[in-house]
Amino acid sequence: MAFEGLTEKLQNTFKKLRGKGKLSEKDVKEGMREVKLALLEADVNFLVVKDFIKKVTDRAVGSEVMDSLTPGQQLIKIVREQLIELMGTVPSKIVFSPSGVTIIMLVGLQGAGKTTAAAKIAKYLEKHHGKHPLLVACDVYRPAAIKQLHVVGEKAGIPVFSMGDKAKPSDIAKAGVSEAKKTGRDVVILDTAGRLHVDDALMLELEEMKAQAKPDQVLLVVDAMTGQDAVNVAESFNRRIGIDGVILTKLDGDTRGGAAISVKAVTGKPIKFAGTGEKVEDIELFYPDRMASRILGMGDVLTLIEKAQESFDQKKAAELTRKIKSQQFTLEDFLEQLNQVRNMGPIDKIMDMIPGMKTGKMGPVEVDDRELARVEAIISSMTPEERRDPSILNGSRRRRIAAGSGTTIQQVNRLLKQYEQTRKLMKQLAEMGKGPRKGKPGFPFI
Amino acid sequence: MQDKHPGLLSRLMQGLVKSREDIRKKLDGILALGGKPSPEMLEELEEVLITADAGVDTSLEVINTLGERMRRDKSITGEKIKEELKKILKEMLEKDDLSADGEDFPVIILVVGVNGVGKTTTIGKLAALYRSKGKKVLTAAADTFRAAAIEQLQVWGQRAGADVIKHSEGSDPGAVVFDALGAFKARKADVLIIDTAGRLHNKKNLMEELKKVKRIINREAEGYRVETYLVLDATTGQNALAQAKTFKEITDITGIILTKLDGTAKGGIVFAIGRELGVPVKYVGIGEGIEDLQPFDGEIFVDAILG
Repeated sequence: MAFEGLTEKLQNTFKKLRGKGKLSEKDVKEGMREVKLALLEADVNFLVVKDFIKKVTDRAVGSEVMDSLTPGQQLIKIVREQLIELMGTVPSKIVFSPSGVTIIMLVGLQGAGKTTAAAKIAKYLEKHHGKHPLLVACDVYRPAAIKQLHVVGEKAGIPVFSMGDKAKPSDIAKAGVSEAKKTGRDVVILDTAGRLHVDDALMLELEEMKAQAKPDQVLLVVDAMTGQDAVNVAESFNRRIGIDGVILTKLDGDTRGGAAISVKAVTGKPIKFAGTGEKVEDIELFYPDRMASRILGMGDVLTLIEKAQESFDQKKAAELTRKIKSQQFTLEDFLEQLNQVRNMGPIDKIMDMIPGMKTGKMGPVEVDDRELARVEAIISSMTPEERRDPSILNGSRRRRIAAGSGTTIQQVNRLLKQYEQTRKLMKQLAEMGKGPRKGKPGFPFI
Repeated sequence: MQDKHPGLLSRLMQGLVKSREDIRKKLDGILALGGKPSPEMLEELEEVLITADAGVDTSLEVINTLGERMRRDKSITGEKIKEELKKILKEMLEKDDLSADGEDFPVIILVVGVNGVGKTTTIGKLAALYRSKGKKVLTAAADTFRAAAIEQLQVWGQRAGADVIKHSEGSDPGAVVFDALGAFKARKADVLIIDTAGRLHNKKNLMEELKKVKRIINREAEGYRVETYLVLDATTGQNALAQAKTFKEITDITGIILTKLDGTAKGGIVFAIGRELGVPVKYVGIGEGIEDLQPFDGEIFVDAILG
């Protein structure tokens, strides 16, 4: 998960500070040196780091931190606030053009992930904003780039407009926009060829495309793993083309992602989306405050809740609440719940969002999607009667279930024990009157 | 080396010209501070290295070594400081025992890396390089995951004059590799280059898949020389070290190919990789053209970084 290493380092730094009563100016500077090294290791550009450290130190050396009884926490608060300020304070959304057709142009270096991001954004705007996007293939240079856009477009169920690799990119862009108007599409996403920011001829081509297609938004696609050079890239694209926002890709890697901070600092333009996986729906809005929390080891609870709400079926959740209260929670419901949790995405990704799961005392939590598959196999191997009333499961039934699901009797027993514990827990919750509140889905397994 | 590849230095220098000037100005400014290793001077030098993505630990180590040598040898002053710094950096790069020109054939080359570093493009260039030496080259399209990756390799194969062994998109990469190894032996080719899907090194399942591919190669190509090259994007920061570590663990990489050096990124992370993992850099990618892959030269690389 992004920023993992930085989280660890800052936590170590502040652990040292936490033990102290009052801080001296020297203590603060010592702490800030650690923060500086951590940010540099996280690939934040060193000029940006210098500026950041200066600002935070100035604030911290004042009375705020030094007079505080909890100086460590105070310093964390300031670092977090300053990080949020750097990345932008509110999530930035796509602004749709009042003309009816919104044109979005994607630009960036080779290999940043423009083509994949194009399909993901199209899918996102369709799903969350009810838009009807058209993808336009303007990369006439990279072999098979047009084919790639067609394939990902098909996977996302979004139409793709292309004119082969002999046409001029600016002509394709213009034709793509008229095509959208003709066919009633209301968002046009222009996929352009990757290029170096120092390649004068290709940067000129982008300027021409922008002049002709008149995009409402130009988004710079940046690989989250980018190092110190992120500032040069972002600065050049912004100066020559003028960008309106940034898409940060490959955040599902284990990079610390300091490029997010660098890019925002030099362009002043918000990060709008974050790419978080291989699938076409693996894209999220970028929340600076969540990202800052993640940097500081506070987990990413808000993303988790959002994912849960997106994946959980409200009706089923209400039904479940009723069952819990009346204590009719069966193995069938157990399986249903597991499937709902799974809908949220790979389980290790979900675990990453929970505070304390990464660096906390629980150690590395190994949760395997295969474990869930096993549970599903076991329950599926039961008869409906057994699922409703597990108390009838004697030795021979258990043997049959183990054989049927390709597991062992021990694994079947373990599952039944887990189910029993969950049922008890739910009963307690229901009795305490603290069961999932009405209308809000509960997720008892995490 | 410079004579054999007349274009390389100038091309590298061309790409790096702006940042190189910045660094040179900076270095000259630092050196004007005098011959003594003042903390101020060493800190400035450290910044030069960090800006090149060498990383905090590596930069600190280099600067400490430099400071020590300057204290021991008082004759290291002025221009000599820069020379000493270059020497230290060169020593960090892993020596390549087998020069790219003196390879023995046949050879099987597995190409791995994270998404978007330029694996397929590099393979096209590599195939062209071997073809220019009169070698019979086969490539295997084992990236069956990314949309149109197979087509992309085919275009490069046509340009370079190398046959492509392929299955359809979504098929098992292990099966592609198995078939490619069969064709490689049957056709008595000199070089087989295997393209794989880009994968982030923290994705367990995808790394397992790669392990399987490597196992098939080890089993089916016993007695053949096998090289595994990790392609790294010079634009990548400190994560490149984590990439190299994991890919080394899983596939035992034997060399690095550093791509996209024609921008302003300097790829300083290879110092850390040389220092920590002992893996040599084999080639550098310096442009979009089919001839834009050159054998790595530590001398030129360090010169380009320090100006």
